[in-house]
Amino acid sequence: MNLLSCSSNSWPLSSGVVAVTDQPLKSLKGSLSVPSFGWEQRRDNLRNNRRVLKVVAYYGLKSPPYKLDALEPYMSQRTLEVHWGGHHRGYVDALNKQLEKNDVLYGCTMDELINVTYNNGNPLPEFNNAAQVWNHDFFWESMQPGGGQMPTLSLLQQIEKDFASFANFKEKFTEAALTSFGSAWVWLVLKREKKCLAIVKTSNAINPLVWNDIPIINLDVWEHAYYLDYKNEKAKYVNTFMNHLVSWDAAAARMARAQAFVNLGEPKIPVA
Amino acid sequence: MALRALVTRRTLRTSPIGFRGLQTFSLPDLTYDYGSLEPAISGEIMQLHHQKHHQTYITNYNKALEQLDGAIAKGDSSTVVKLQSAIKFNGGGHVNHSIFWKNLAPIREGGGEPPKGSLGWAIDNHFGSLDALIQKMNAEGAALQGSGWVWLGVDKELKHLVVETTANQDPLVTKGPGLVPLLGIDVWEHAYYLQYKNVRPDYLKNIWKVMNWKYASDVYDKECP
Repeated sequence: MNLLSCSSNSWPLSSGVVAVTDQPLKSLKGSLSVPSFGWEQRRDNLRNNRRVLKVVAYYGLKSPPYKLDALEPYMSQRTLEVHWGGHHRGYVDALNKQLEKNDVLYGCTMDELINVTYNNGNPLPEFNNAAQVWNHDFFWESMQPGGGQMPTLSLLQQIEKDFASFANFKEKFTEAALTSFGSAWVWLVLKREKKCLAIVKTSNAINPLVWNDIPIINLDVWEHAYYLDYKNEKAKYVNTFMNHLVSWDAAAARMARAQAFVNLGEPKIPVA
Repeated sequence: MALRALVTRRTLRTSPIGFRGLQTFSLPDLTYDYGSLEPAISGEIMQLHHQKHHQTYITNYNKALEQLDGAIAKGDSSTVVKLQSAIKFNGGGHVNHSIFWKNLAPIREGGGEPPKGSLGWAIDNHFGSLDALIQKMNAEGAALQGSGWVWLGVDKELKHLVVETTANQDPLVTKGPGLVPLLGIDVWEHAYYLQYKNVRPDYLKNIWKVMNWKYASDVYDKECP
């Protein structure tokens, strides 16, 4: 099994950063004052200046596409600071530490890493961190300042086709969020086989990529996502997300990209 | 006279408990003030945890039991099966939190005092020392993904101590039918978030300062006389 096989559809959400570890060229500064490149210089280079070039691929912490106070008063700056700066950053650091010890998983994009470490239902230790990094990246981008309202055009039509009406979708999504047990995520996904939108609940770190579905929107219902702002009032948090935070623009962009992989039929181009 | 006929006889009102004698559960009181576990656990957390979270589990548990009762009476098997997860979750939440409140005590009432007697001996025999047990439980609690509990329990058949974790609100018996919980630590985020934010290890370190070993010893002595 080729663990590093590329999947044909990699979503460019991975925040890969190539870091090169290198010994500093200490002697270079000294050599500037010595104009000649005599044998002493070369001896010093060879002795002190053993450059060890090791290329390692790490994941970086991606910032949300808005300032940390931009979602006030619906999601406080404090929550963003702790959720993004504490939890999300913690997952990235933990993942990097695990990858340091494991050569085989280098070079994967985030999506490949998630599928490989999910290991068909028997997850490897890296899965939790990798999936949580992905989930949180997706979550920040699923929200925007001044979000909420309704989707438009073809996304709205697809929602109305699959859920009868937007109001019904909203009700089902909220219900899924409120009936989830423990730490969970709620997703609007485009199902690849069935070629329709669906609402999916996953627990802990699992995300629909492992079932080869395409996520469109997600909502973090781990307690840390809302506890500082809403304490135990999960319903208030979910309603606020639907009415004021969810980014239908991001959803529309993801939907458009998804249609490169899933044939939803002839586009219904609305008459202006 | 016609009017009289219109007056219907009062039918025998069924008692609120119901035909089968279904018991409803209610929130147990704490034996200490919300603020008395400070600074290990803040009063705000204790109040929210008790009055909101535990109460919600109880409310939903009662509701699920009522629905179960109705479904059983009607012979509606698919509903009976469907309700099992809600009963496990909410009932488990009620069971676990009821034990949790008894596991904690203010310092002036003996919270944090190490166990003596047979439980103390058993801990030293099985884990080496009390510190080793605490390290083990803290490590397992910190490593637990998502929501759950970390337990010190005793196997009443084999008569030895175990450290186990359970996910969500699963009670300890789901890990072994003979397991009796002595101490449980709630590692759901609601148990510590307002005070410790995402630093769960600090919460685990501090909760031992208000741990009620007397309760654990009593339960242990009852199971292993």
